[in-house]
Amino acid sequence: MKVAIIDYGAGNIQSLQFALNRLGVQGLLTADVDQLQTADKVIFPGVGEASSAMRKLNASGLQHLLPTLTQPVLGICLGMQLMCNSTEEGMTQGLGIFDAAVKRFSAKVKVPQMGWNTISNTKGPLFDGIDDKEYMYLVHSYFAPSCSNTIAETNYDGAYSTALQKDNFYGVQFHPEKSSKAGSQLLQNFLSI
Amino acid sequence: MLTKRIIPCLDIKDGRTVKGVNFVNLRDAGDPVELAAQYAEQNADELVFLDISATEQKRKTLANLVLKVAEAIDIPFTVGGGISSVEDVDVLLKNGADKVSINSAAVKRPELINELATAFGSQCVVVAIDAKQIKGEWLVHLVGGKVPTEINLFDWAKEVEQRGAGELLFTSMDHDGTKAGFANEVLARLSREVNIPIIASGGAGELKHFADTFTHGKADAALAASVFHFGEISVPDLKQQLKAQQIAVRL
Repeated sequence: MKVAIIDYGAGNIQSLQFALNRLGVQGLLTADVDQLQTADKVIFPGVGEASSAMRKLNASGLQHLLPTLTQPVLGICLGMQLMCNSTEEGMTQGLGIFDAAVKRFSAKVKVPQMGWNTISNTKGPLFDGIDDKEYMYLVHSYFAPSCSNTIAETNYDGAYSTALQKDNFYGVQFHPEKSSKAGSQLLQNFLSI
Repeated sequence: MLTKRIIPCLDIKDGRTVKGVNFVNLRDAGDPVELAAQYAEQNADELVFLDISATEQKRKTLANLVLKVAEAIDIPFTVGGGISSVEDVDVLLKNGADKVSINSAAVKRPELINELATAFGSQCVVVAIDAKQIKGEWLVHLVGGKVPTEINLFDWAKEVEQRGAGELLFTSMDHDGTKAGFANEVLARLSREVNIPIIASGGAGELKHFADTFTHGKADAALAASVFHFGEISVPDLKQQLKAQQIAVRL
């Protein structure tokens, strides 16, 4: 199986590579259009600040390719947020795949949310064999509100989208590569779609 | 519900764990990778590696160690000790560290916090603060808590947050090593004055100290070293106890 990880200079992907290795898969870090189009699965990672990450994606020219991919695509953390319509962080225009406008957590809670929180109302193959109320590791200051694309929720300052899906596009706010056995199961599920 | 985190801390020198470790089923107690894997297996929520080596050559050893740890465990970990530049952090994050912890370097040059937050995001910037009460005032200390400054703890904590830190790791030098409990009063005040997560450190001796720091100290996470390494407290037992007291933990 060919698993491509989108290389646009925004993301700490070493842990993701190791997590894939543990599942017997070698991730290919690439910005090459042919490689991305012919991969069986594509992962869109991302950490850091949204507007600068989006600038890097635009500079790579991949912002037009990404929404046209037809194989399963998984956005992780900031990757998922950039797949939404927009984000308040740096007033950034997103890729418009998921119908959500990403917002900042209110000052009623500590920001960022950092640590292990539960997921609930899970739907679809990404969560096969993963308990509702399973713990996942999250680090983020902005969140996607619940919407028609929501396939799992987490509660922090209210319920929000901890996972999204539209057609072949998937996104998770948590870090499956850092979420112990449950995270590994989710990655395995993605590879099996 | 977001759970309270339990964080074992490993002191590292030249790629090996420093303080004695008394884990019955470890083949090599000095091997940080094996110890880290063991803690991950026990459901520790995160790990902190504190490097106490100094020279450049030893720094390379640390980067290699970070890579091996990232390969072996699937929970987040923070690396601290002697980090003073964007380049230092870049190497560690590229090798698989999730967060870095800076301490004296941030006091000496506070702009470092802004630089790291801009380059890598606030989520990976932990600022460690060592403080001690002197004549009724909490003052920031440097060099592992040995050298006092005139900086007020609460002023510094607010500045650190404003400059873009994602988390505070607070150690009370008055409590560290006493095994008499965490500095809950000052921790609770820190939680009121800043709005980023706070890791309590220094003073863990018994199971109940952890519950106290989460309830009275309002801490988001608790860090300890020797009580875990010497098997005085096991992470699974601790979490069961916390759960029995209605404190949200990941089991």
